[in-house]
Amino acid sequence: MTGLLANAVLASLFIFALAMGLTLVRLFRGPSAQDRVLALDYLYILAMLTMLVLGIRYASDTYFEGALLIALFGFVGSFALAKFLLRGEVIE
Amino acid sequence: MSRLFPAPLLSLSLFGLWLLLNLSVSAGNLLLAAALGILAPLLMAPLRPQHAHVRRPWVIVKLIGRVGLDVVLSNLQVARGVLRAGKRPPRSAFVHIPLALRDPHGLAALSMITTVVPGTVWSELALDRSVLLLHVFDLEDEAAFIKHFKEIYERPLMEIFQ
Amino acid sequence: MTESLTLPFWLELVTALLLVTGSLFALVGAIGLVRLKDYFQRMHPPALASTIGAWCVALASIIYFSWLKEAAVLHAWLIPILLSITVPVTTLLLARAGLFRKRQAKEPVPEEVSSGLDSGN
Repeated sequence: MTGLLANAVLASLFIFALAMGLTLVRLFRGPSAQDRVLALDYLYILAMLTMLVLGIRYASDTYFEGALLIALFGFVGSFALAKFLLRGEVIE
Repeated sequence: MSRLFPAPLLSLSLFGLWLLLNLSVSAGNLLLAAALGILAPLLMAPLRPQHAHVRRPWVIVKLIGRVGLDVVLSNLQVARGVLRAGKRPPRSAFVHIPLALRDPHGLAALSMITTVVPGTVWSELALDRSVLLLHVFDLEDEAAFIKHFKEIYERPLMEIFQ
Repeated sequence: MTESLTLPFWLELVTALLLVTGSLFALVGAIGLVRLKDYFQRMHPPALASTIGAWCVALASIIYFSWLKEAAVLHAWLIPILLSITVPVTTLLLARAGLFRKRQAKEPVPEEVSSGLDSGN
């Protein structure tokens, strides 16, 4: 891997980290429960894409499996949380 | 033939999925993929309340291409809307769209399309499936939007599923 | 990074551009999530990362690994496919949860679309 691609990988990792930081702001600030779930869901997507980029950086296939797992767990987690919010009674 | 393959498209995609996940087309993997493609739909058949009748593959290809294009375009629009949100807040609104599409599979496809395209979020569907409540990120002209929506997405789906 | 792989320059450029574009779209999504004022407006930006962001990154991964292994390595494309199936489900549920909770809190949102049906039929 030459400098251009290595730098691009580093840059995109940095940008993803920045995006994650911003999403954390929304996660902590709220204001409503559904906002937090939305932010958590976005965090999962960002983490999954970061895994794919890391896979390119270390030229390893294993990260792809990690990304798949994050996608599945993220889906089940956000699904359960959203379904919970739909039932109407949530203690905040 | 139709008893062995109750859902040929599902069988085909499971077959492809297995080969993609294993990254090999060796004889063993081909056999496993074929077994998965044949057995999974057979075992799942009792769970499916209704069969989808998919027609006109060419319309499907055109619709997928159209949705891909719309996703890119509305990505750019939403990105611009977000970046300019301080100066000009996006004109978000709920839109009621009267639906002619009744097939549950068609409606499922429609809900997938509307949520995948960034500018719109499917919010609620009336119990009798006659009205759809859609949230639009930046709405310029409600009547034109409804007309465009029905033209681009609903009509091809009706051709495919009904 | 001990791997010494020589991609042709143009392919390397395409991969680099795809990576940066995808991550920038994800960043814009996060900015939207923080900046926008209304909950339903905030539901839109996350779709940026799950559509074009994921496409760009997956495409970059496909190009890179296909060169590394000298074969078509397409399995990264499963990620966008998986996302296009799962994201609508969570988004739809979150939208309905938002509507439900805002109606409970008596905030200005459209009333239920099914509510007027019984009198009509």
